[in-house]
Amino acid sequence: MKLKIFLVFFMFYTQSLFGIEKIIDPNTIHKNLRCLVCQGQSISDSNSDFAQTIKLVVKDLINEGKTEDEIYSFMSDKYGEWIVFKPQLNAQNSLLWILPYIALIFGGFFIFTLVKKRQ
Amino acid sequence: MRNTVKIIIFVIFFFVISVFYISLNRETNYNTSSLINKEVPQFKIAYFDKNGSFTKQDLINNNYTLINFWASWCGPCRVEHPVLMKLSAENNLDILGVNFKDKKELARKFLKDLGNPYNFLLKDFEGKQSVIFGIYGIPESIIINNENTIIKKFVGPLSIDDYKEIKEIIK
Amino acid sequence: MLSNLGNSILFISVLVSISIIYLSNKNLKTSNNLIIKNIYQLSLIQSTLIIFCFFTLIAAFIVSDFSLVTVYQNSHSMKPVFYKIAGTWGNHEGSLLLWVIILTIFSFLFLIYNKDHPKKFRLITLIIQNILILGFLFFILFNSNPFSSLSPIPSEGLGLNPILQDPALAIHPPLLYIGFVGSSIYFSAAIASLIVNYSEKSFSFSIKNWVLISWCFQTLGILVGSVWAYYELGWGGFWFWDPVENASLLPWFAMTALLHSIIVFEKRNLFYFWVIILCLITFILSVTGTFLVRSGILNSVHTFASDPTRGVYILLFLSLMIFSSIYLLFKKYKKENYSLNQNSKETFILINNWFMMFYLITVLLGTIYPIFTDALTDNKISVGPPFYNAIIFPIVVIFLIFMAVGPRVKWIKNRFEDIKVYSFILAGSIILNVLILVFIKSYSILSNFIIISALFLIISSLKDGVSALQKNRFDLARIISHASFGFLVLFIGLNHIFSIEKDYNIKVGETKNFENYSIKLEKLDLKDFPNYKAVIGTLEINNNFSNEKNILKPEIRIYDNPKTLTYEASIKTNLLKDYYLTMSNIDRSDYYNIKFQKKPLMIWIWISVVMIVTGGFLRLFKNAKYS
Repeated sequence: MKLKIFLVFFMFYTQSLFGIEKIIDPNTIHKNLRCLVCQGQSISDSNSDFAQTIKLVVKDLINEGKTEDEIYSFMSDKYGEWIVFKPQLNAQNSLLWILPYIALIFGGFFIFTLVKKRQ
Repeated sequence: MRNTVKIIIFVIFFFVISVFYISLNRETNYNTSSLINKEVPQFKIAYFDKNGSFTKQDLINNNYTLINFWASWCGPCRVEHPVLMKLSAENNLDILGVNFKDKKELARKFLKDLGNPYNFLLKDFEGKQSVIFGIYGIPESIIINNENTIIKKFVGPLSIDDYKEIKEIIK
Repeated sequence: MLSNLGNSILFISVLVSISIIYLSNKNLKTSNNLIIKNIYQLSLIQSTLIIFCFFTLIAAFIVSDFSLVTVYQNSHSMKPVFYKIAGTWGNHEGSLLLWVIILTIFSFLFLIYNKDHPKKFRLITLIIQNILILGFLFFILFNSNPFSSLSPIPSEGLGLNPILQDPALAIHPPLLYIGFVGSSIYFSAAIASLIVNYSEKSFSFSIKNWVLISWCFQTLGILVGSVWAYYELGWGGFWFWDPVENASLLPWFAMTALLHSIIVFEKRNLFYFWVIILCLITFILSVTGTFLVRSGILNSVHTFASDPTRGVYILLFLSLMIFSSIYLLFKKYKKENYSLNQNSKETFILINNWFMMFYLITVLLGTIYPIFTDALTDNKISVGPPFYNAIIFPIVVIFLIFMAVGPRVKWIKNRFEDIKVYSFILAGSIILNVLILVFIKSYSILSNFIIISALFLIISSLKDGVSALQKNRFDLARIISHASFGFLVLFIGLNHIFSIEKDYNIKVGETKNFENYSIKLEKLDLKDFPNYKAVIGTLEINNNFSNEKNILKPEIRIYDNPKTLTYEASIKTNLLKDYYLTMSNIDRSDYYNIKFQKKPLMIWIWISVVMIVTGGFLRLFKNAKYS
């Protein structure tokens, strides 16, 4: 009985976890694009001519069926990597993405040796 | 071991400080240059006055083309207009004007008052076409060579110096 | 006139600093164990002089003395007096004076409150602090002098950036400066401790309250800054991972790590060098932040008029600081013998430091990486919220679990008896999470983990609170701070998950419908105010579900001096949610762009941070009582 309840509960939970629809939200994309003519603002925050144009184009690209990543790479083709707030994972940015984890692993290892020494 | 650590730390330290120092004297304004030296992307922009559109295939292959984004409401466009008029006299340069987020009557009046330097006049009232060329503010101009490669981008109004530079390029 | 007065005071202050250094040095050589009276007096005179100097500058702002370049560039005679005063530290030059005020006050207070520490240590701390003070005084005098005069005298000033014309300007910079400039004193103390080999446990007593003070103020400063950004900048967020925000967060991570590891040093006499390193990097990061912000090397929403010569000076200063720190550390470093049990409080505090360093490295790397790609490969990149969210948030989950378990572990060696209790708490958290998920809205897997771990931390901290209450051994400060941190993460998570954001172009009289809301732009009014004109929109937001009506009035303001357009958000706050609305004009059209946001539990995010700080202050009062 207990197991049954647990199973039902578990299935229900996983279903609601994975059942989220994958729709592209233009707002998320706007937030991840830099407004080039503004001071540090995103397209979503700005109402400049440039931001409005980009919003229109993003809408078109979504309607064409482009994925989020395709839209980002379209934009960075046109305006350079500066326009996307999420740095691409390429050779140049590899250190940026990897170093924090290296630091994390190294720190963990360091603590581990400190504790281990005693035993 | 300790010496290696020492050396590594000092090397990192000097590296970081020198990069900071170099960056201090760098231009912080952003210029979009990612399209330069690349082939012109596919495009299709409607004519201003007639039906149909101008596409990449309509670029004349043995000629240089200057694509100029402008609008009647933009002050600096008035400033660069005389330069465009001078450039329109050049034989081996076609000027492609793209009227950006404008109203037809106002744009017409603008050209009537100041002259029409454009070999082809196109319209982009929603501004979407500008994105294809990486335009982020107007006026902006792009010069394309006879192999359909983008050679240079001019952000802001064209100046007399730019005029000389363009003449040099198309020579 | 004020220009001469200010310059003279600055000059005298330089002399006073030099005399303090000279006298301290002389006093070092005497065998007497007392510090001579003159040093105390000079130190008091020094802070008084700088404060007086600052008042001189305030006076210049109040009377609009445009013969001073700083006043001319940042003030206007028509500006309300309040902003004339607050504007004093709203610019680069004036804020540097505030820097020096804090340097000198902390210098004096450290001197008088640490009488039971060795004389040598105190004197060298004072010398180092005065070298820092001198460095900044020279910077002020030769590069960023607030008293530089202008001739001919302009008849009117250029005015203060309207975004800064806000009550928060009066408190945000001072709070933040007490925080990160305050860290200078334990930088100096750490250097002094290295020089005189003062590495006993008692060293911790000399700095721990200063660490607490700077941590509390830094946290408050960051809070006020993000509240300010929330209502002023109009994007509805409160944290954008902007370089300037990061600059304030970096020393905070270091302080937080220090705050914890110093407990171990105090109780168990362990990690001396680690504590020293943290003291050093806290202030080094503060100066690095100042460098990044003031030199104009980074593109940010928070603009200070930038000037590369400034950058060169701060960079030089920074290099000297880092270089001498590293040099001293290597010279004095001795291997310490650790005996740590894997299941002891020491280990858990080390784990806290481990995570803090991870956050610090991530944020530091994200902030300066674009500088490197630009300088080395000529390629500008942006590192924004998606990067930080992707790297930091998954790790927060593990961090919160450790944060819940750690404080219950005993010193030296602990026997785990609580596994059952923790399983119950975990089960409870999961059930609560599922209830939220089922009854309100589903969300991503990561969000699930974050909510569960936040609930886990909250419940464990509260449970600790209850059981400590029964045993009457009550570490209220820690429990409040830790539980509030759990609440903070929980509310940020819920806020993120349940916020609604809609963006429309709308004309007067139009109505837009979405979900169960309708929003109508009823009218626009034009109003004149003393230093600006405003277009005020009246919008009615109707929740068709509960029939709740709200009127919001966002503004577009047109300031005259300097000529700027600002967009004022209209915010309706209640305990459950904020409605947030901004309106902006669209050029060459009669449409207005409105952005409507529903931000659930917004006020609780602020309250959580206030509670975290409250814990800090409680600890401070407790320390003060027992020492």
